[in-house]
Amino acid sequence: MEELFSTTYPVAQADYVTAGKASADIKRRLKQLGVGGDVLRRVAVASYEVELNLVIHSLGGELTLTVFPDAVQLVSADVGPGIRDLAMAMREGYSTANEEARSLGFGAGMGLPNMKRNADEFDIQSEYGKGTTITMRFRLS
Amino acid sequence: MEERRYHSVRLDKDRCKGCTNCLRHCPTEAIRVRDGRAHILDNLCIDCGECIRVCEYHAKVAFTDSLPNIKAYKYTIALPAPTLYGQFRGLRNPAYVLEALKCIGFDDVFEVARGADVVTRAIRERMREPNLPKPMISSACPACVRLIQVRFPELLDHVVDIRQPMEVAAEIARAEFCRKHGCEPEDVGCFFITPCPAKMTAIRTPQPLGQEKSELSGAISMMELYGLLLPHVMKMQSDPNFVPATRYGVGWATSNGEASAVFPDNSLSVDGIPNVIRVLEEVENNKLNELTYLECNACVGGCVGGPLTFENNYVAKHAIRNLVKQMPEIHPDSNVPISMINKYKMRLDTPLEPNPVAALDESMTEAMRKMKRMNEIVARLPGYDCGSCGSPSCAAFAEDIVRGYSTEMQCIHIMRDRLQSLAAEMLDLAQTRRE
Ligand SMILES: Nc1ncnc2c1ncn2[C@@H]1O[C@H](COP(=O)(O)OP(=O)(O)O)[C@@H](O)[C@H]1O
Ligand code: SF4
Ligand SMILES: [Mg+2]
Repeated sequence: MEELFSTTYPVAQADYVTAGKASADIKRRLKQLGVGGDVLRRVAVASYEVELNLVIHSLGGELTLTVFPDAVQLVSADVGPGIRDLAMAMREGYSTANEEARSLGFGAGMGLPNMKRNADEFDIQSEYGKGTTITMRFRLS
Repeated sequence: MEERRYHSVRLDKDRCKGCTNCLRHCPTEAIRVRDGRAHILDNLCIDCGECIRVCEYHAKVAFTDSLPNIKAYKYTIALPAPTLYGQFRGLRNPAYVLEALKCIGFDDVFEVARGADVVTRAIRERMREPNLPKPMISSACPACVRLIQVRFPELLDHVVDIRQPMEVAAEIARAEFCRKHGCEPEDVGCFFITPCPAKMTAIRTPQPLGQEKSELSGAISMMELYGLLLPHVMKMQSDPNFVPATRYGVGWATSNGEASAVFPDNSLSVDGIPNVIRVLEEVENNKLNELTYLECNACVGGCVGGPLTFENNYVAKHAIRNLVKQMPEIHPDSNVPISMINKYKMRLDTPLEPNPVAALDESMTEAMRKMKRMNEIVARLPGYDCGSCGSPSCAAFAEDIVRGYSTEMQCIHIMRDRLQSLAAEMLDLAQTRRE
């Protein structure tokens, strides 16, 4: 399907000062495009979780919002370190968040499970030593 | 064209100098400066009154009823928000203020703090019901409810569907008065003594806030009455008898008062619109889903910070705290009988309707095209957010352009660049001629 709008946000490792800015902008843009209700809430939750994972767990990466006539797509791609045990990472409550992240209230281990639950399509590719790519799609009814 | 909404907050054209002060302080970006004066955008204004606070020329005003208006009714009851008690330093008993209200012309008084007691009990009962979203959000501050309708419409199912304390208080006050004096309800005017324009708007147009009609006949600004009340309050001697509200009801005047009455164990209270917006973003991100109750106040410090109050909000908060300290420790749970909340109307009549900011275009394809154009424009703008174009920020200006409300030449920086290159061209031209 024809892509209508796309924008990419770079997200830096351990940058807690601007953490959440990308997902806030994504929400704002979707509202301007007339996306609301249930889809907006689900995108809000998933985009925030995926952005924070880039900050907390990755060496840095980028988040791309693409809007199609019938769907919203979020792609998070980072430059490492990748996930060692993907099945484990997908479990509720599993987290490798460090002290710093935990002291800021992160590390509940619910991010990936919540992304999967909120997206209509969820795909995660990860290679340890390389990086992680997550693709999520949300259907516009 | 949509019908215009009623707003208590308005512009006094003659006083407006067309400066950009209010423009940049409006928390919902609802102001534009055009043709040398400010304009308030009807659909975005939530009547929070921030512009009233910041305008140096007093060009932003709140429309409220004036004291002589009460003469339109055979009998009148004053319903002071508990915030009124905070306006008098060292006040020992709310009764002094209530008596003073009678001295300036009201036939009777009824504390809105008592309404807050009843509403506290009603919300606590409501919160027992299963399947409520978390957190539930307070519905007491109309400016915050309007903010949610405009900017966070998908959170509306979190807003507790119980009426505001002033509404419940007015219904009880009128019913009790009629019973006691054997008169008709329409002969009784109930006037709220208000700390803010948001409450005035809520009374004049109750439908968007889920009520078919308001129980109140109008609202009079605290600022207007302060000077009239002061000499009477000072003169009061003995404590007159009356059935007082609890310390919890009175506590609703300050931030965290409602939360600590309604759900002390697992609640959060936030005040000041920019802070409220930040916390609502967290709710939107599902980051506060373990919280049970969220109290939101548009004004810093809670209603004691209302734009129509006289006293500094910190001083007023202190006065309320001192007043409450000497009141007995009785919770509305034991003070308000359950029969009370069954007898009077507690629930809203209709669900709160969303009123989201319009998309850039009705067609999504067209909206995306406009968004792309918006990005291109932003890239050309200097990013100073100076407001000289009449829009609150460079980003808002770009949005105004694609929505057709402004043109790029309104930006003085772009204009200057164009003029400079034009001047350079003319110079070139002149030189070529001479050669
Ligand atoms: N982008 C990423 N790069 C590397 N590891 C990741 C990434 N995203 C998630 N993980 C791993 O998956 C685990 C679970 O993630 P999540 O469910 O979001 O919980 P949390 O962020 O609270 O730890 C993380 O603790 C981390 O080990
Ligand atoms: S916090 Fe209180 S005074 Fe301020 S706008 Fe809301 S209801 Fe009015
Ligand atoms: Mg996470």
